[in-house]
Amino acid sequence: MATVIQIIFGLIAALVVGAAVMVVTVRNVIHAALWLIACFFGVGALYLLLEAEFLAVVQVLVYVGAISILILFAIMLTRQVTGEGVRQLVGGWRLWLTAAISALLFAVAIVPTVISHSWNLPAPPGPPGTPEPLAGVAELGRAFVYEFLLQFQVAGVLLTVALIGAIVIAFEERARRRRVLTLAEEHELRKRLAQPPPVEAPVGEPAPAPRATPISEGEVQQ
Amino acid sequence: MTAAVPLEAVLVVAGALFCIGLFGALSRRNLVGVLMGVELMLNAVNINLVAFWRYLEPRFITGQTFAIFIICVAAAEAAVGLAMVIAIYRNWLTVNADAVDSLKG
Repeated sequence: MATVIQIIFGLIAALVVGAAVMVVTVRNVIHAALWLIACFFGVGALYLLLEAEFLAVVQVLVYVGAISILILFAIMLTRQVTGEGVRQLVGGWRLWLTAAISALLFAVAIVPTVISHSWNLPAPPGPPGTPEPLAGVAELGRAFVYEFLLQFQVAGVLLTVALIGAIVIAFEERARRRRVLTLAEEHELRKRLAQPPPVEAPVGEPAPAPRATPISEGEVQQ
Repeated sequence: MTAAVPLEAVLVVAGALFCIGLFGALSRRNLVGVLMGVELMLNAVNINLVAFWRYLEPRFITGQTFAIFIICVAAAEAAVGLAMVIAIYRNWLTVNADAVDSLKG
């Protein structure tokens, strides 16, 4: 029995860590989001192995069902700049510095601390075979309405505020909405943007890099 | 579970997930990629909390309650963050974190 659990734990750990590595390294952002879903599933399975069944269900509902879909929608709404050929990681020394910080944090700080610390594990109850006292969903529900009532209400208010805030931030008035340009309008706009060097862009050249300045309203609209 | 797999193994997996998420949050140029890294880090924290609950305090429910509150805050963070990404994309036509530097002195 113990060997089976160890094998299952090893597989889940490999899934979680491997999927996470793919999330941060893969070039295509859509693929990164799909690997993220796999990683969330692995974490949910780990909760199930740790006998936190309610949390496993919540993990699948909230992370796999909601946050992943939200991320996929955000990627698709910003599709023009998240395509295949775009460089996705920072370059040069910044990449190596980041990798060094992460690897050192793991190898120097986390692992030695976790290994060397003596955890205050409770003694196993009675003779082997007796079931361990384990808090379940009933205790969780009772804790939410007695001990953690205030925090529960505050979490509800937080979710409402986040909902309203997200709508306000992402809302776009109809009058300001940028419509899709026709080919002639886009050509005209490009010509206007490329005014300082009056040379006409060659045909095969890719679209100019997006400018890092806000676009004024009258510029794009007719 | 507690007899077969030591607590340290679970904590090391969570630590690895946290460091990978940190790397992703710091090295991705895409704002959505940065948010994905943050989500990985929050998941690592949740694994830690559930592991501590299961191994150290299995008869109290506080660890799971913490994890649920963190999931709640993470959902709010993802919603607001992605709304900001879409708003930034609408105004700047980019989701590159290096290009959005209007507040840079």
